[in-house]
Amino acid sequence: MTTRHFRVWRGDDEGGELTDFDVEVNEGEVVLDIIHRLQATQAPDLAVRWNCKAGKCGSCSAEINGKPRLLCMTRMSTFTADETITVTPLRTFPVVRDLVTDVSYNYEKARAMPAFAPPADLKPGEYRMQQVDVERSQEFRKCIECFLCQNTCHVIRDHEENKPPFSGPRLFIRAAELDMHPLDAREDRKELAQAEQGLGYCNITKCCTEVCPEHIKITDNAIIPMKERVVDRRYDPLVWLGRKILRRDQIKN
Amino acid sequence: MSEIERHSFDVLVIGAGGAGLRAAIEARSAGKKTAIISKSLFGKAHTVMAEGGAAAALGNVNSRDNWMVHFRDTIRGGKFLNHYRMAELHAKEAPDRIWELETYGALFDRTKDGRISQRNFGGHEYPRLAHVGDRTGLEMIRTLQQKIVSLQQDDKNNVGSYESKLKIFAETTIVELLMSEGRIAGALGYYRDTGRFVLFEAPAVVLATGGIGKSFKVTSNSWEYTGDGHALAMRAGATLVNMEFVQFHPTGMVWPPSVKGILVTESVRGDGGVLRNSEGRRFMFDYIPEVFKSQYATTEEEGDRWYTDPDNNKRPPELLPRDEVARAINSEVKAGRGSPHGGVFLDVSTRMKAEEIIKRLPSMHHQFKELADVDITKEPMEVGPTCHYVMGGIEVDPESQQSKVPGLFAAGEVSGGMHGSNRLGGNSLSDLLVFGKRAGEYAAAYVDGLSERPRTTDADVAAASTAALDLLTEQPEEGAENPYTLQHDLQQVMNDLVGIIRRAGELEEALTRLAELRKRAANVKASGGRRYNPGWHLAMDLRNMLTVSECIAKAALERSESRGGHTREDNPGMDPNWRKVNLICSLGENGVVLKRQPLPTMPDELLSLFDRSELAKYLTEAELADFDRIGGGGEATGGDESGSAPAETESEAVGMVSASEHPPTADADTPDGDAVDDATATTGDATTKTDDGNGDKA
Ligand code: SF4
Ligand code: SF4
Ligand code: FES
Repeated sequence: MTTRHFRVWRGDDEGGELTDFDVEVNEGEVVLDIIHRLQATQAPDLAVRWNCKAGKCGSCSAEINGKPRLLCMTRMSTFTADETITVTPLRTFPVVRDLVTDVSYNYEKARAMPAFAPPADLKPGEYRMQQVDVERSQEFRKCIECFLCQNTCHVIRDHEENKPPFSGPRLFIRAAELDMHPLDAREDRKELAQAEQGLGYCNITKCCTEVCPEHIKITDNAIIPMKERVVDRRYDPLVWLGRKILRRDQIKN
Repeated sequence: MSEIERHSFDVLVIGAGGAGLRAAIEARSAGKKTAIISKSLFGKAHTVMAEGGAAAALGNVNSRDNWMVHFRDTIRGGKFLNHYRMAELHAKEAPDRIWELETYGALFDRTKDGRISQRNFGGHEYPRLAHVGDRTGLEMIRTLQQKIVSLQQDDKNNVGSYESKLKIFAETTIVELLMSEGRIAGALGYYRDTGRFVLFEAPAVVLATGGIGKSFKVTSNSWEYTGDGHALAMRAGATLVNMEFVQFHPTGMVWPPSVKGILVTESVRGDGGVLRNSEGRRFMFDYIPEVFKSQYATTEEEGDRWYTDPDNNKRPPELLPRDEVARAINSEVKAGRGSPHGGVFLDVSTRMKAEEIIKRLPSMHHQFKELADVDITKEPMEVGPTCHYVMGGIEVDPESQQSKVPGLFAAGEVSGGMHGSNRLGGNSLSDLLVFGKRAGEYAAAYVDGLSERPRTTDADVAAASTAALDLLTEQPEEGAENPYTLQHDLQQVMNDLVGIIRRAGELEEALTRLAELRKRAANVKASGGRRYNPGWHLAMDLRNMLTVSECIAKAALERSESRGGHTREDNPGMDPNWRKVNLICSLGENGVVLKRQPLPTMPDELLSLFDRSELAKYLTEAELADFDRIGGGGEATGGDESGSAPAETESEAVGMVSASEHPPTADADTPDGDAVDDATATTGDATTKTDDGNGDKA
């Protein structure tokens, strides 16, 4: 057991400040353990979100020493022995209290995104897809909605004015996921991403990919393919036909 | 009360995990104005933690699978204490519920011919779990979440507003159900972010709040799992069934201390992982209980052959039901053959190639690497039992999921009966779909049957909000109990005295200690303001945790046998007479009241799916004689055609009928004569109940 120095941002939408704490740390602990210890011993009303404590729910996003991280997946052993650990709320979203931010922007953008369109000619139980074909979309469905990528993206970090037209990387992978879904009946996912989600604002800096705790290759596997010239598909009847034929084959299996 | 925000809905769904979301989809699809109350953000519910898969007899990997085999496995796993009708409905309806998810956009792993792939799991005779790697729960929650969004989009297109028919209240907690003349009238909750109260008027409430694990120290459950639904239901007059049955998942992480309890999916074993003790022995071969002897391999060679040739070999004992594996691990550690940090070794590294491990168990690989510095492709994991699931829960009608209280429904982990004394892995995700749908459907039907809406009273609202506010103090108070300390002490009591192995003396001590904790709880004060104050939230949850813990301890003391998720060192072994008894908890003047009640009797058609030799291990002599009289002993592997037949057509002594009749054998040998008629009342027909409700009103 050692004692470590923490600075935790405390406050609400009207303002706040970094508060200093000296706190006990044990072997094998993660930053969230320390936040919990602060709650139990020094600051019972310290606000923090968490659920799973295993990197699976994406609730505990915050910034640790300025880097967007999951509190539950950041081990204390990754810091040097005398390093002060500074924990602040996500910067891109409005603060509710302490480490908790209002992430409703992300839910609003998700709600604006046209849902999966089931194929009209298939009944439940008749869906046939090959593993290789679902894997591309499955990568994006690993997303735990921690919104760290959204928090990092410079298009909206410190640029409130870009929030209305821009959905952000989390929603770009959702668009890509549906675009690559072997049985999604919509053919205009790429067009929608350009027209409705503000994909054009993204200049492929890859910052989102770097912070994704699920290691989803947001830029390479979703954004770049989605930015492919829409004409490729729209005006090439052969490609379009091929897509349709492939589906019929899969259905027959 | 004028300053309290008010909303009016037809159906209020409390809980935003799989069961709650599925119920909401159904209620909204039935045209009901529906609200979902989510204790956390939308999409974070504990369902995301489910890893292995959803069990459904799709027959995609082994075509011999069908609902009857699934039913049989479920009953076997629950040691014949399941509500047979729930297990039957579950086995029959699970495939449709899974296929339906594909129409919502779910992407399960596939078989070679493009169907949904299925994996092996403990207690399931055939590969049965539809899955997505080891993150099936996440897929499920995301799929349902996105389906809800799509319904909201339909409403936007049709009536101009996303929230006109289906509204989500994120980070909102219900503190009390509100009643009117014995029926549900609404609920009072608070918003986490502001601490403000919010009143929901609704004639039907579906409880889908999940479990109780946070009352135990070592648990795979999140902070939300404080038994809210169980306690809310009891305070509203509903009953809980079989709360003594708590599932300790055999494989939780044991090191480092901060992650102790976090789940290591059973898929590790389903896919070939083996358990070893410190001597390198695959000890599970030493722990195959008599009732399972004929179904499991007795040599390592045979067990290993099973992975590639399941038709001609028996499965390895690592895949025994969870209660067996958990107890075996416990014994090995006690005998001094544990791993360095007090668990045993779970090894895939010598069983599969590294690439395969990463592909099949990606989140386990990730989890161990990030949290324990262990590379599971190179070295074994250390694992030990962790509190995972409560089989017991709100007593409901199997068809409608309605509790004893008119208008109050329950689905998923918070409801009881389906899993008997032990739940099979994979049966939870399918359970919440099957019964979530039913709860939503019947809640909607219940609302249709009402002639007028029950009204909440200002007095009830005031009482509930005052009780909640009493727990809050702006400045720390001298001598007040710290909610965190109290929770810690409660967890310690439950872990030490009501844990995986139980003894009468310890359970009595637990009850004494719980009474002390209740006294201390009266003195709990959280300091700070109303805005997003976790200390205050915990203080409110503590009341629920204490009630539920008392139910568990009381029932565990009463049941003097060992069965499934209830192991009594002083009463080892199953007692056929106890198999016929459900323990029912309700809330009386002076706390929890426990009583015995006969288990609904399984109809002959279902009973005859089992071999006589197997039944002989569970039933009383008298029951066996009856069984011989009907000439039972059948085959469940007969294919799908006979699928829906037995229950619906072949006999009238099945399903609801037998539940509302009193089979002559049910009461006769129960350990306690006062087994009462309540089985009739609570398992009675849903429509009857609804009518009763109306009758009162009219
Ligand atoms: S790659 Fe695009 S979406 Fe990702 S952070 Fe950069 S600008 Fe934002
Ligand atoms: S894509 Fe990655 S970083 Fe972005 S929300 Fe999902 S999991 Fe988080
Ligand atoms: S608590 Fe779930 S990701 Fe950290």
